[in-house]
Amino acid sequence: MATDSEYSTFESDVIVIGAGGAGLRAAIEAIGAGARVTVICKSLLGKAHTIMAEGGMAAAVGSVDPRDSWQQHFRDTMFGGKYLNNWRMAELHAKEAPSEIVNLEQWGAVFDRSDDGGVMQRIFGGHTYQRLVQVGDRTGLELIRTLQDRAVALKLRVFMEHTVTKLLLRDGAICGVAGYEREWGKFKVWKAPTVIIASGGIGRIYSVTSNSWEGTADGQALALEAGAELMDMEFVQFHPTGMVWPQSVRGILVTEAVRAEGGLLTNSKGERFMERYDPKRMELSTRDVVARSIYTEVAEGRGSPHGGAFLSIAHKPADFIKRKLPSMYEQFMEFAKVDITKEPMEVYPTTHYVMGGVRVEAETAATNVPGLYAAGEAAAGLHGGNRLGGNSLSDLVVFGRRAGLAAAQYALGRTSRPDPEMSEIIKAEQEMLQPFELETGENPFTVQEDLQNMMMLYVGVFRDEARLTKALELLEPLKERAARVRAAGSRLYNAMWHTALDVKHSVRIAETIIVSALLRKESRAAHSRVDYPQTSDELQKVNTVTRSIDGAVTVAYVERTPLPAELAAVIEEKVEVPT
Amino acid sequence: MRTEDPQAERYEGSVRDDALRAQAQTGKTITVRINRGEAGDRVGHWETFTVELFSGMVVLDAVLLVQAKQAPDMAVRWNCKAAKCGSCAAEVNGRPRLMCKTRVEDFDLAQPVLVQPMQTFPRIKDLVTDVSWNYRVNEKIVPFKPRTDRPWKFYQKDVEKAQEMRECIECFLCQDVCHVLRYSDEDKPQFFGPRFFVRSAGLDFHPMDAEDRVGQLRAEGGIGLCNITKCCTEVCPAGIHITDNAIIPEKERVVDAFDDPLRALFRPKNGKAE
Repeated sequence: MATDSEYSTFESDVIVIGAGGAGLRAAIEAIGAGARVTVICKSLLGKAHTIMAEGGMAAAVGSVDPRDSWQQHFRDTMFGGKYLNNWRMAELHAKEAPSEIVNLEQWGAVFDRSDDGGVMQRIFGGHTYQRLVQVGDRTGLELIRTLQDRAVALKLRVFMEHTVTKLLLRDGAICGVAGYEREWGKFKVWKAPTVIIASGGIGRIYSVTSNSWEGTADGQALALEAGAELMDMEFVQFHPTGMVWPQSVRGILVTEAVRAEGGLLTNSKGERFMERYDPKRMELSTRDVVARSIYTEVAEGRGSPHGGAFLSIAHKPADFIKRKLPSMYEQFMEFAKVDITKEPMEVYPTTHYVMGGVRVEAETAATNVPGLYAAGEAAAGLHGGNRLGGNSLSDLVVFGRRAGLAAAQYALGRTSRPDPEMSEIIKAEQEMLQPFELETGENPFTVQEDLQNMMMLYVGVFRDEARLTKALELLEPLKERAARVRAAGSRLYNAMWHTALDVKHSVRIAETIIVSALLRKESRAAHSRVDYPQTSDELQKVNTVTRSIDGAVTVAYVERTPLPAELAAVIEEKVEVPT
Repeated sequence: MRTEDPQAERYEGSVRDDALRAQAQTGKTITVRINRGEAGDRVGHWETFTVELFSGMVVLDAVLLVQAKQAPDMAVRWNCKAAKCGSCAAEVNGRPRLMCKTRVEDFDLAQPVLVQPMQTFPRIKDLVTDVSWNYRVNEKIVPFKPRTDRPWKFYQKDVEKAQEMRECIECFLCQDVCHVLRYSDEDKPQFFGPRFFVRSAGLDFHPMDAEDRVGQLRAEGGIGLCNITKCCTEVCPAGIHITDNAIIPEKERVVDAFDDPLRALFRPKNGKAE
């Protein structure tokens, strides 16, 4: 197999994979610390999935409700995650999110304003007070554009529409990455002593998802292959309200802001069914609870015409709806021909977010592989078993910043920088071109679709031993098929080839989800085992950790560090949820 | 906590999926003609595909179905499929649009749906164009600089103009349709284009911004070249009133600042209206 006689090589101190909120925040911080930074992203700059975040960014700034505090944010986050969270991350997150709001405003973010000239904040499920800083229902776009503009002003070097296919190691430590240009198909090598994985989630492993095509679990798979550990992969968040109809938009997100602004959930009998599942918090219960409730209503025959629940905000004045939920109004008008100021929406759970991910240290976002860091959705820990709405955007900037700073300091402190080994570079290029070499082989889109359907069917909202075992069985042929997918045509912007490479990552990470879900024999937060319906005190003491050893995925429980007394005390002084 | 084991068919499973898919079938097909070609091929060639129509289908669905089942090396750029990212800009039946936001059923289905790449930017392959020129323009714009001479306190009415500008999803459809850019061949003139007038206006309208971009818009931005035909406003999928709320106010500020001798005398230092 031939190697490109000349491939381009680029040098920097910090490589960031992904240009969403976490990646850009990391890059900004690393530049500020004096590092030369390279961002590599699969799409154009400014298109990352962060833009799809709608409702807001949680930060206890207390602008609207001065009773809020970092302690209460910490408590809510831990309770929402059913105490499986990395408590140190939850603490740092709650303490540092407010200063990130200030940073974003200093860089030009224009958040909605409160009546006394501060930032407006709205309530969301699981948050005790009005805590989400917002821009209507397009907060993610505001975050991305602000960080993008800041990064451009700092002259950040970005490789848009490039895919990283391999992390390069030397003596067990990071020395660079290899990948290709999606547009022209050229192979490239980037050298650096640090890599930050900020590549987002895994939604595209499932057939019904709110995630864009990018969420194929690349970052998690690259980290696993490089020797990093993944944690809590069984915890996949099914957002309770995805669109159901028409078929074209199935799975697209309906923001939790609809419920936060007063939206009501009903079944085909007109019952506000949340009364049966969480009478206290009702529609603003945590996402795992609402998702299971809608699921159960539909399963028991009380669904809407297209198999969902009704979500209505039509009891509110039309101008209120258009002002508070402008993009939802348009989304339903344009795609479903439904006027939400007059009619209810139909909603059903959609694969939205993975709480699990690369296992990192709280302070530095460092993994167990020297020079490798992870932040944002790609990393695990902050959210425990279930993420609260609004805690993702704040996660991105808090831990993006920490990852950028730590990586920059590590890189600038390195005295020797070994080059990647030529044999590794050649291997990376061969793996990249392998789909073109196969004479026969499957269409990668078909394998991807089969994987997605299998995961939706067997590893969805409710799980049990039989279904998970079946999933593992069904995964075996999918693994073989994914290894033999073929690409036709040229290397020029070839989606068949790109998918051929991406689907290998997806299959690998699907396996970590299944084995983790099999291991955790309890129901906790987003992980619902119908054969183990109770929450186990014992299993609160462990995280599920997957590793790749000689190419095989292994899974084991790892003991958690006990909560220190001062944080336990914070959790104890529980503040009542206002009704 | 649930205690009973739901029956097998209660899982989100094939039964429900098949039922929904069946419900979505219309029994009709549509013809899609896609303009394909590789880099440098401005004219391209038209290929015709037949796709089964399902309920609510948008043009991007049709193109992705063609890619998945008929022409796997079809190049198309997309991300969110919810009109929030602006990646899937193209020209459908001659009009610049987001493919994800264009419902097939809104057309006369007896006629083929014609899809071609944005014509203002050079083609990379099929429906994908090289929009890097826009990113280079963006780098020129004077960045936000926070004011330090007043407390960080302002109200919703103060930010509404800026927020409208910040709804832009950078699909570049306004750049595509803009006649100053569209008929300029590969070499773009000294002209930022509507997208970057919007971006500049979003910064200039920020109540806490200490900079002013009026000089830049007049000189390298070439805002004078715009003769306000409002084509950009018409194609904007985010509904931004580009001409009325961004370009005209910025043009007026340019006139005030540079061409009105009386006002120039009393112009505040940063050129902004208070």
